[in-house]
Amino acid sequence: MSITIYVPCDSSAVSLGADRVANAIVQEAAKRGIDINLIRNGSRGMYWLEPLVEVATGTGRVAYGPVQPGDVPGLFDASFTEGGAHTLGLGLTEELDYFKKQQRLTFARIGKTDPVSLTDYIANDGYRGLKNALEMTQEQIVQAVTDSGLRGRGGAAFPTGIKWKTVLSTASLQKYIICNADEGDSGTFSDRMVMEGDPFVLIEGMTIAGLAVDATQGYIYLRIEYPHAYEVLNAAIATAYKEGYLGDNIQGSGKSFNLEVRLGAGAYVCGEETSLMESLEGKRGLVRFKPPLPAISGLFGQPTVVNNVISLASVPVILDKGGDYYRDFGMGRSRGTLPVQLAGNIKRPGLVELGFGLTLRELLYDFGGGSASGRPIKAVQVGGPLGAYLPEAQFDTPLDYEAFAAIWAVVGHGGIVVFDDTVNMAEMARYSMEFCKIESCGKCTPCRIGSTRGVEVMDDIINGRNLDKNIPLLRDLCDTLLNGSLCALGGMTPYPVLSALNHFPEDFGVNA
Amino acid sequence: MTESGTMQATVQEIIAALKDKPGALLPILHGIQDALGYIPADSVPDIATALSLSRAEVHGVISFYHYFRDTPPGQQTIHLCRAESCQAMGGKQLEEHVKSKLGIDFHETTADGKFSLEPVYCLGNCACSPAMQIGKDIYGRVTADSFDAIITNTEASA
Repeated sequence: MSITIYVPCDSSAVSLGADRVANAIVQEAAKRGIDINLIRNGSRGMYWLEPLVEVATGTGRVAYGPVQPGDVPGLFDASFTEGGAHTLGLGLTEELDYFKKQQRLTFARIGKTDPVSLTDYIANDGYRGLKNALEMTQEQIVQAVTDSGLRGRGGAAFPTGIKWKTVLSTASLQKYIICNADEGDSGTFSDRMVMEGDPFVLIEGMTIAGLAVDATQGYIYLRIEYPHAYEVLNAAIATAYKEGYLGDNIQGSGKSFNLEVRLGAGAYVCGEETSLMESLEGKRGLVRFKPPLPAISGLFGQPTVVNNVISLASVPVILDKGGDYYRDFGMGRSRGTLPVQLAGNIKRPGLVELGFGLTLRELLYDFGGGSASGRPIKAVQVGGPLGAYLPEAQFDTPLDYEAFAAIWAVVGHGGIVVFDDTVNMAEMARYSMEFCKIESCGKCTPCRIGSTRGVEVMDDIINGRNLDKNIPLLRDLCDTLLNGSLCALGGMTPYPVLSALNHFPEDFGVNA
Repeated sequence: MTESGTMQATVQEIIAALKDKPGALLPILHGIQDALGYIPADSVPDIATALSLSRAEVHGVISFYHYFRDTPPGQQTIHLCRAESCQAMGGKQLEEHVKSKLGIDFHETTADGKFSLEPVYCLGNCACSPAMQIGKDIYGRVTADSFDAIITNTEASA
């Protein structure tokens, strides 16, 4: 009987050699006359163990990792095809502590299934949400999403149900669903993992959104930096069309939903929803004034739902198991689960999906195992390049939108970048200003000019020039950016800059 | 047909295939850059005419997006990540090494035309920092030594 072996096709796993490992396994099996069925799955999200090879056995999937091509003959010698003992052996994948302690709702299938197999998707609870949605009224679908308490996972945390309700109640001949897949925040990769590891869940979520608000056209605005996700999404979309899950008569319901992937071109600001729509319309990604809200006048002036990948990918489980089921995870007004991404200088980087409420300390040490370098963790940046830097004294903050807001920080898209004590926080503050300068769309003055002046004043501070004058100047400039910018790029650059200054004044050459 | 004639035919073909899509400009620019490696200045008037835009508008879009380029790249483009997660894992030192090894700065191409170097702000490979991309291939936990080995292999297979 053929033995099933899994080697991830996730691009991070590939970046560590997964393709070469897969080839080595195929060749070695052929050489030894062993019949194998190689499946390229998504990643389980335990990246320090990638490339993570799994073998299906009678007791479950057994994991080996991190595997390099040179390890493959030895694995065969140790009968890993029957789950045999080897120094790289990790035991049953789903019994690994890091994995077992998670609450995987959105990521339920990722790492288990073949991403582009619709059969695999359906066999693992896929398209159950859509099946329910097709039997519900639009109001009922919107109500289920509202009841779930789901808030936008892109970073703004706006209630998804309310956004949908606005689009539903705005009359128009054409409405749109846009998936914001411009995941540009450093330290985040959960959108990428979904698109590469379970593309059908995003397609299903967008289809449900389309049914809910009467939108017949969807666009996935995908960043150019994700070429593998582009291929996987297009393959899955083609299959969904072929099998009647997209198109003009979804599963015989008479309802339509069409979907296309559009590529960005390396502009961070296009992750801002109005800039994204300008880009989709074929223009420079200049931020628009709000109002009007995109829900009322969005893409091509029509009512438009713009949701992040994780928000949309969380919809199928909500429609499958009910809004209450999802809402029962989490804390306070942060309901459901958040796929946290541990990145940077951390021993066990990866994807941890859990209900809101875990503290940073639990994530950094219990899951992450401390820094990769073994040195003390000095600071973490949560929520991407526009998120605040937090010192050790704030590591007991629970992951919760309101708890973070209370310490002038943001959860954002759930990325956590870890720095050890070799980092200079004034350099990081300078980088934040530089990043804002490079990525500013140029529409509003505070961001366009403030970021350039910000780099200059940071250079003065780093060189110890006139600190008495320059520190207040930096604060003043940040105040202008914070209150005067049109969008979050200029408006939130002060978060990393001022948090670095407030928590680590010694790096700026000043006393606390 | 001359080289520029072939290029013009390619551009025309791409424009004709995509111009009726809603918001066609970015798909057209991607199509041209995929085919030619860059967007030649002399394709701008054709694009503008097809989409009823001014040449300035088309040029404005090309220049807005970091990814689009109006000059031919080297045989291989290296996108090196400069973002925070990679910095936390020695990205700056790697950047210095890469620049000195290639003898170029960001946005430049080596004299032999083999490599162009571009910064990128996150490849989504933050669990395996520092990261880079060459063409569509992504690399994680890149060190000075592994970078040297990778470009030697890339040169050999180019």
